[in-house]
Amino acid sequence: MFYREAGDFKTSYRDDGQTFPIAFDRWRYYFVLLVGFVGIPLVLTEYTANAVMIPFLIWAIVAIGLNILTGYCGQVSLGTGGFMAVGAYAAYKIMTAAPELNILFVVLLSGGVTAAVGMLFGLPSLRIKGFYLAVATLAAQFFLVWLFNRVPWFYNNSASGQITAPERSILGMAVTGPQAGAVPKYLFCLVILFALAWLARNLTRGRLGRSWMAIRDMDIAAEIIGVNPLRAKLSAFAISSFFVGVGGALFFTVYLGAVEVGEAFGINKSFLALFMIIIGGLGSIFGSFAGAAFMVLMPVLLKNLMVDTLSWPTAIAAHFEFMIVGALIVFFLVVEPHGLAALWRTAKEKLRLWPFPH
Amino acid sequence: MRLTRQAAALAAALLAAGPAMAELVFPSLDYRTGPFAASGIPFADGYTDYFTLLNERDGGIGGEMTRVLPCETGYNTEKGVECYEATKGEGALVYQPLSTGITYQLIPKASADGIPIHSMGYGRTSAANGTVFEWVFNYPGNYWDAASIMTQHAKDMSDGSLQGKTIALLHHNSAYGKEPIRTLETLAEREGFDLTLIPVDSPGQEQKSQWLQIRRERPDFVFFWGWGVMNQVAIQEAANIRYPMENFIGVWWSGAEPDVMPAGKGAHGYKSVNFTGVGTDFPIFDDIRTHVVDKGLAAGDGSSVGQVQYNRGLYAAMLAAEAARTAQEIHGTSAINAAQMRDGMEALNLTEDRMAELGMPSFGPAVEVSCANHAGPGVALVQQWDAEARTWTPITDFIAADRELIQKLIDEDSAAYAAENGITPRDC
Repeated sequence: MFYREAGDFKTSYRDDGQTFPIAFDRWRYYFVLLVGFVGIPLVLTEYTANAVMIPFLIWAIVAIGLNILTGYCGQVSLGTGGFMAVGAYAAYKIMTAAPELNILFVVLLSGGVTAAVGMLFGLPSLRIKGFYLAVATLAAQFFLVWLFNRVPWFYNNSASGQITAPERSILGMAVTGPQAGAVPKYLFCLVILFALAWLARNLTRGRLGRSWMAIRDMDIAAEIIGVNPLRAKLSAFAISSFFVGVGGALFFTVYLGAVEVGEAFGINKSFLALFMIIIGGLGSIFGSFAGAAFMVLMPVLLKNLMVDTLSWPTAIAAHFEFMIVGALIVFFLVVEPHGLAALWRTAKEKLRLWPFPH
Repeated sequence: MRLTRQAAALAAALLAAGPAMAELVFPSLDYRTGPFAASGIPFADGYTDYFTLLNERDGGIGGEMTRVLPCETGYNTEKGVECYEATKGEGALVYQPLSTGITYQLIPKASADGIPIHSMGYGRTSAANGTVFEWVFNYPGNYWDAASIMTQHAKDMSDGSLQGKTIALLHHNSAYGKEPIRTLETLAEREGFDLTLIPVDSPGQEQKSQWLQIRRERPDFVFFWGWGVMNQVAIQEAANIRYPMENFIGVWWSGAEPDVMPAGKGAHGYKSVNFTGVGTDFPIFDDIRTHVVDKGLAAGDGSSVGQVQYNRGLYAAMLAAEAARTAQEIHGTSAINAAQMRDGMEALNLTEDRMAELGMPSFGPAVEVSCANHAGPGVALVQQWDAEARTWTPITDFIAADRELIQKLIDEDSAAYAAENGITPRDC
């Protein structure tokens, strides 16, 4: 009824090609932005910021990054945790080497460093595909974690091998370090996420994104019609790693503040990111958000429900949390193998025909 | 600045706690799941049971009931942060995260929020320097004390000299396991032994290659920094390669019943340092049985009562309760807050007589904390596992660590931390 193109006249090519062709979608998008930038900061507490919203925003960045590589370009990667570690350690080295540099540039530079490393590890993708590439990226994961553990230069020779983020601020408000408030940290992550998501959405709609998808759908055919696989694959690795590196830098500087590589960026993180995009939906920006929300928010919600509301013992709650999240993953994959994004798409199609489906 | 921050933290605590303020809240960031649960469960049980005992027997501390706020971390730092954020608003008095990784995470946060951390025998060793780490305590001993005590024991076993000996450090490849390296390197130089570092990646279920290396190199001693499932695997592997168990010495987190039981007879003779009493031959256990276990209020199933980690949890809770009592005396109020709790911890003076009064005579070292020294006495004994009797037997008296050497390292490391974080050391 209200969710359809009818009556929404496009008078230019620009209008015709916009991301949200349906007026209702546009309003919804502005509404979400309003809630994110104004609504949530008004009600944000330290707990919701540090335990829920900030990890969600950061994981959304990482999920978008991995989705570019795996969802759009079809290159399976199990090296996400390692690339996040590159972002985190690059941020640490830059922060300690250049204390006056603004944290925003630190984060972006860390993404750049990760992009270079990602391209290096993306080179094998020119020769190997599928499961074999997954194994090659797995090697990157283990190698990078080992490297950051082994070489004391990366953690400035600290006794414990931990890296700690010093305090940095933007516009006079601390966003890293223990004094940082919930709202500045949240807004800092949100601004970066918004910019990167916007970039990713537009990249995937353009020439570059189409060349990735051509490679994903059939690389030989893509080559025949003139897509350069070297450029397409390496650009996907670079841009994906940039996103993941920015995510890793934020994960360390804003979210945790102190990390050790084995625990914070282990193989579990690679799997977590992969689960996010599979559950959310491969090749979908919305899916990245949905997957990150599912994997980050669900355990916290379940824990709060079982421990605080139902007063269950914490151990039983923890076991149930594993089982419920696992069961939900299986359930969603059985019901909709293409992820939450496909459910969303179906819902939108149904809504377009509603209330007269015939 | 600091005063306003404390005031703000206090105000926040007051607001959040509301009517529940008449309670002393002790959050317990424990882990009953995951690869470290075998070590975490008994500790958490002991910690909780002691406060239950105080509530049931004495009506709390100084007339204030206590409340233990459990939060499952799974030894995972992210969940630890979540737990900290979730519990700090409820008037938490002191955090004991039982994880070096989480401790590192919480040191800056808790210092900013004005809540003390007690990392009892773990965490950041240089937190012993109270002039830099105002809110962090690690009495009665720290990792560097342990490394020094283990080296002394090895020296005693080798007739007073370690010249030309080889010592391997088998350690958890994390902040926890890396802590003693600096001390051992310094000691290696002084005592003339060779130090080999053998890291094991978390969680440590796979140690075949490490033990192959030990088998090949045959170090005279293996020092061991493990936790959770890693302990069980290491002791089993040591038994498999027939490494002489009396030369295999664990830190105090690597010497409890669940660690040695799976290896059966093979674990006989394994040693570890320890700073808490072993077994149930203390008067307090009668009270625990009457007031906690028999009433069905025990945190666990009661099977771990008297085990090494259970007793250590008990000891940790006792130290916290005594610090709270000291704080109540100092400030003349029974409803203390986190800042007052810190004062109590810093003024803590736990004597032998007091421990006997509490029904825990010689249960652990007497502890005296001061403004500059947050590390307590730094003593530990060596205990040995008897696989026949299934008991840990102390084989030495309390050995004192070489504090002169350690203090130098602590000053270095804490000065580096202070410089990095712009902290001006307090005057003490």
